Amino acid sequence: MKRIYTIVLVAFCLFSGLNTFAQTTPHISEAEVEQRARSVGKSLRCVVCQNQSIDDSNAPLAADMRLLVRERIRAGDRNEDVLIYMRDRYGDFVLLKPPFQPNTYILWFAPMGLLVLFLLWYIVQTRRPKQSVKIAQLSDDEQKRYDALITKIEPKS
Amino acid sequence: MKFSLEWKGIKLSLEDLGTGFAMSGMKVTLIGLVPLFMFLALGSAFAISLTKDPSILPSQLIDKPFPEFSLPDLFDEEHMLTKADMSGQVTLVNIFGSWCMACDYEHEMLMSIAKNKELPILGVDWRDTRVKGKRWLKKRGNPYTNVVFDEFSKFAIDLGITGAPESFIVDKRGQIRYKHIGPITRKNWDEILKPIVVDLQAEKLGAE
Repeated sequence: MKRIYTIVLVAFCLFSGLNTFAQTTPHISEAEVEQRARSVGKSLRCVVCQNQSIDDSNAPLAADMRLLVRERIRAGDRNEDVLIYMRDRYGDFVLLKPPFQPNTYILWFAPMGLLVLFLLWYIVQTRRPKQSVKIAQLSDDEQKRYDALITKIEPKS
Repeated sequence: MKFSLEWKGIKLSLEDLGTGFAMSGMKVTLIGLVPLFMFLALGSAFAISLTKDPSILPSQLIDKPFPEFSLPDLFDEEHMLTKADMSGQVTLVNIFGSWCMACDYEHEMLMSIAKNKELPILGVDWRDTRVKGKRWLKKRGNPYTNVVFDEFSKFAIDLGITGAPESFIVDKRGQIRYKHIGPITRKNWDEILKPIVVDLQAEKLGAE
């Protein structure tokens, strides 16, 4: 009896070991693959039509890219890994959301920077005491020409 | 030259306008010109961008190793071709398909390259059917040393392809050295691609 017990135990250990070995790639349900592929697909640019994501595009290459995204996810890639995979091949351009890195700093900071500059300007303008408007004095010659113009426009009645 | 302006039937000379401006108390200041400069800077940046073709993406793969592949031969489903079949020679890799009009246009040039034995050409028949691909080559002649069949863009995506035809020049070490987007014509072959090929063929292996 004890012997059978041992065999069963050894077999159990063996098979459970085999089982974990077979599952080096975690099993993901098709529903999850689909859901994650959709979110990845939305952030990948179709390189044929360029202003659509691969999910929105009808281009054949976009269709193949959608298939590839699903394949990578099934193989155990995280969403970021799939994006990196595509970026290695097509460059930053394939990402619809520009990555945050030195050559895109201007893109990310410009709106904030402009807003700050505008606020600074606004504060300076509103805080400055109102200056009385200085009217340039006309020289005698200019005054004469001015009078002449006025009489041209509004002749004395 | 005399400048004058008609306003409500009254003729105003340039001096008259100057008087009016002086009276208004307005002054041209440097800070007031900032919007003009911003407009000019943005305008010229946009104008330069407009002259560039947005469909030409810079390749990520220049000076990177040509990707490993294992793809079936177009002419023999059972026979797999791999990177080892590129055999350490400077190679032209050309992506084509029987559906691709510009490939038809390019074909004659590839035939001439093959006829002069300038370098081996690896063809990638992309998003095609075997029957159509084979018929296409039979009708026009086959300039390719080998043709691999890439039905579902797996290899095309590894190569960062956006359309056909596209071509790569791969050096003896199997590194991608140049990518050409669009058809190879006599002009761009003679002026751009061939000089690169000749340079690479003269490179000695091991002379890093």
